[in-house]
Amino acid sequence: MTDMEWISQAMSSARPRVVAALLRYFRDLDTAEEAFQDACLRALKAWPKNGPPRDPVAWLIFVGRNAAIDAVRRHARNLPLPDEQVLSDLDDAEEEMAGRLDDSDYRDDILRLLFVCCHPDLPATQQIALALRIVSGLSVKQIARAFLVGESAMEQRITRAKAKVAQAGVPFDAPGPVERSERLAAVAAMVYLVFNEGYSASGGDATMRMPLCDEAIRLARLLLRLFPAEPEIMGLTALMLLQHARAAARFDADGAVVLLEDQDRRQWNGQMIAEGLALIDKAMRHRRAGAYQIQAAIAALHARAERPEDTDWAQIDLLYGALERLQPSPVITLNRAVAVSKARGAGEALAMIEPLESRLSGYFHFFGVKGGLLMQLGRLAEARNAFDRAVALANTTAEAAHIRMHLDRLERESAGAGVEPPG
Amino acid sequence: MLYAILCYNDEDVVGSWTKEEDDACMARLAEVERNLHRQGRLGPVARLLPTTAATTLRKGKDEPLVLDGPFAETKEQLLGFYMVDCPSLDDALDIARQLTVANPGSGSYEIRPVGIFHPWMLPE
Repeated sequence: MTDMEWISQAMSSARPRVVAALLRYFRDLDTAEEAFQDACLRALKAWPKNGPPRDPVAWLIFVGRNAAIDAVRRHARNLPLPDEQVLSDLDDAEEEMAGRLDDSDYRDDILRLLFVCCHPDLPATQQIALALRIVSGLSVKQIARAFLVGESAMEQRITRAKAKVAQAGVPFDAPGPVERSERLAAVAAMVYLVFNEGYSASGGDATMRMPLCDEAIRLARLLLRLFPAEPEIMGLTALMLLQHARAAARFDADGAVVLLEDQDRRQWNGQMIAEGLALIDKAMRHRRAGAYQIQAAIAALHARAERPEDTDWAQIDLLYGALERLQPSPVITLNRAVAVSKARGAGEALAMIEPLESRLSGYFHFFGVKGGLLMQLGRLAEARNAFDRAVALANTTAEAAHIRMHLDRLERESAGAGVEPPG
Repeated sequence: MLYAILCYNDEDVVGSWTKEEDDACMARLAEVERNLHRQGRLGPVARLLPTTAATTLRKGKDEPLVLDGPFAETKEQLLGFYMVDCPSLDDALDIARQLTVANPGSGSYEIRPVGIFHPWMLPE
């Protein structure tokens, strides 16, 4: 690896900690970001010459802080640039910084930096864009590409989001335990938003947006290192790893969705699955169930099944039941019905979802599932009706294409002699 | 003499490698492994999953304490390792407890899931 590669990797992995600490000093996102940029420029000059510092994070924080303070003074007095030597004499500074910044300082700093991005006034897309820009350090161009919008539109979106954050004021007091756990929950939700922004993409967009999934997992690991004993953060990380492990098998060559039961499981990423399973095991030991842990446990049962027919649907049914109790929602009941149809038959599943129709009348998946269940029960005319509504509600061409496949099969089956429920 | 070679690096940095960079590095290492294997000098090789997946069993006067996260004590040094095949973390912790009974007192066992395992065998 060349110097430059090493330096750029060290900078990008140091970024969240450094920007978070600089935000604490300057209480302003733009100043913190500029100070980080400044520190990076100086690192590009100093590190190849002097070798890498012992603690790159501490180095960047110290240099960034001094550079920003200099900039402020320069601005105030209109003085010429300070001598490079004054700033580069960092041996003692590094020692001092490294001693002072332990993990508990970083912890609240980074949590604050992430929390700033999930201000409740910001719509989800702005939260995600802001986190990717500020915390992950993706360029506006990269973020714009992931969101499939123009660079200037994204630039504006981020500027507006920053203005709103600045207006709201950054919460600078060290959080108490209750507040800390509230912040952590908000941040976890935001990280999952980032993940889903990448995960829900399909077709040609999927490859462009995949980096969002990687980034979300990176943020989750960062949180987990800061809060190593939080079972929900373990659950969140596990959930994302187990879902992302299927990435290579989720779409066919034409970009069409491949359903879980039709995926080539040899294409699943074994290392991500192993890490996800290990994290769930860790989380379970705490006996403090939470929504991310339960969803991860469901994903784990899919991951553990070597073939679709090995899936433990009865256990998945139970887990969805637990999730329903924790956060009642018709969408969760709908998911549970799929497990119920496998474990106890389509009739029972259909009875379970029929009462949901008024609340899910605009939901593509509801009619997809309903059509599938009716088809299994041999009620073909009603199945066709449901599938037609699903096609009308499809959000992506891939979703619509998938339902049309069912409709074609219905045509063939009703044209043929007998009706066989699919296995 | 057998030597264990322990790999240290900043996992933030390694974790931010792209898949291509990671694959390329693993391919270069595989070449070294094949060479050593041909010479009959290579034993088992493992790549551990991130420390976020680690659990630590801390020995003490009473029941050993299970802690989330990797071993973090800088006053103690890595003195050896076991590789065990377990269906779950609880089974791995059971084995670590057996080791604690056999070797009580101070110290810790860090339990780290293995991501990649190549069971090369040394000649008898």
